[in-house]
Amino acid sequence: MTVLAGRFSETFTRVRERLAGRGDAVTGIALWLPIAVLIVWSAVGPTQLFVVGVIVGSIFALGALGLTLIYGVLKFGNFAHGDMMMMGAYVAFFFLTGQVARTAREDAHLPWALDSLPHATDGIGDLTFGYGLIIAALLAAAVMALLSIALDRLIYRRLRRRRSGIVIFAIASLGVAIAARSLMYITWGPDPRVYVSGIHRAHTYAFGIVLKTDQIFIFAVAVALAALTYLLLFHTKLGKAMRAIADNPDLARVSGIDTEQIILWTWAIGGALVAVAGVLLAVQSQINPQLGFVLLLPLFASTILGGIGNPLGALAGAMVVGIAQEVSIELFAPAYKPGVAFVILILILLVRPRGLFGAKI
Amino acid sequence: MTPALQARDVVSGYGEVEILHGVSLTLNEGEIVAVIGPNGAGKSTLLKAIFGLVPVRAGSVQLMGRDVTNLSPDRVVQAGMSFVPQTDNVFPTLTINENLEMGAFVRRDGLRARLERAYSLFPDIAPRRGERASRLSGGQRQMLALARALMLDPQVLLLDEPSASLSPKMVDSIFEKIAEINRGGTAILLVEQNAREALSFSHRAYVLATGENRFEGEAKGLLDNEEVGRLYLGG
Repeated sequence: MTVLAGRFSETFTRVRERLAGRGDAVTGIALWLPIAVLIVWSAVGPTQLFVVGVIVGSIFALGALGLTLIYGVLKFGNFAHGDMMMMGAYVAFFFLTGQVARTAREDAHLPWALDSLPHATDGIGDLTFGYGLIIAALLAAAVMALLSIALDRLIYRRLRRRRSGIVIFAIASLGVAIAARSLMYITWGPDPRVYVSGIHRAHTYAFGIVLKTDQIFIFAVAVALAALTYLLLFHTKLGKAMRAIADNPDLARVSGIDTEQIILWTWAIGGALVAVAGVLLAVQSQINPQLGFVLLLPLFASTILGGIGNPLGALAGAMVVGIAQEVSIELFAPAYKPGVAFVILILILLVRPRGLFGAKI
Repeated sequence: MTPALQARDVVSGYGEVEILHGVSLTLNEGEIVAVIGPNGAGKSTLLKAIFGLVPVRAGSVQLMGRDVTNLSPDRVVQAGMSFVPQTDNVFPTLTINENLEMGAFVRRDGLRARLERAYSLFPDIAPRRGERASRLSGGQRQMLALARALMLDPQVLLLDEPSASLSPKMVDSIFEKIAEINRGGTAILLVEQNAREALSFSHRAYVLATGENRFEGEAKGLLDNEEVGRLYLGG
């Protein structure tokens, strides 16, 4: 086994060294070409899977945006991000239904929750959920923003003060991930949860694409939030300061930017985005506590594919990963979906670790 | 008259290592003062300690008579002092305009007027305001770094080796720019490797060696001082 691992890492290093010598253009082509082929083939061939991939990609995009912003400003990969996504979905579930697990088989219901409001669960238009879920999602975004800030105060700020290395930060975030997952198991149990049970009606569109209206909603919300984040980053003072810190934290301090304050905003924005991503994911399928860890892989693959720390890249990367995962059903069993993200991750790290765009945008 | 900047017996360093063993200096209003000395004398550390980037363990720093010892850099900037680091002194992926905007981060008002003033002082970078800073040449970057530091119209400007890694021609125009900034009323404290050149346009200078004051005086006098010349100006 160790011999095998040794040989593998040897090959890995050799391939990487050989590719590194080839320069930017070659590695760019090596990465862009297969992606272009994948997208064109899947758009023309399994169009249905392609469209679902775009929707899944838009959910990943919100998670990847937060991940890449946190990396840019704090310079570490937040391994708790997938579990934070699930946590957001559960918090919204809690506000909506007031349900928590009492025993392994039985739930306790709070006396009041958002679904007690009049008509809160009546579907809006053709959607399966009502305004109750929208309020629950907004509350979950706020809670996750505050929770992210609290975790920074409690853990990451202390590490910053001690000038800990990035490995320490990453391991600490892994600890947060495990704690969050355990908390979800304790509070809501291991069984899957859904916001709305029953059959979701779908419509047929051009090219025989079958979509639920919920899915169109998911895509619209994700696009709107990504656009808002773009406006924030490029057209507000806060966003410019976040990019400045990502560029050069020392110079940002020297310029008089209160970096600690910007860090808190970054956590708040990343936390809110990932909470919404979790809710959107839950709208289109179901949630369970271990999904967070499974999500980590596509989120990291998206982020790294787009060039870590690059927000526009994260959006592009998320689309590619989402489409690749869904389209893979055409070739492999659905259980291999997360494996697709893993393969993409390895390929990028081998070929072009700085991601699709080579440098930061 | 209260000096613009006064450091008294500043002791500072990194971790276990003490680099400055009690350095004092004074910068009067309207002056250009150079800090020169061999490598490892603690020149850069002195600037960083004055600016609050490296903790001051003993001694004090006063800006316009106000104690700013160990204030965080954003407070120091608000108090009226700016700093231009030696390297990496622009935000490469931000545009020229955004770089300047970051220089005025602590203020909410008057950004437009400040930008226009910066561009009139540095006309070379004005036509490129929408471009990313990474596309500027070395000299232009240095101009941008100066412009960023001047956005809040500081009373005191600290410059860490402004001529480092520039072509000789560029060095001259940067020094000219610094003199122009100074004529506008900003007191300037600069650290220079290029000692002879720095002394030729400074009013006064301090010679630092192994973290202590070694000489001080009129720049002209130091240029003519035989011992300083032999030890620190290369003959």
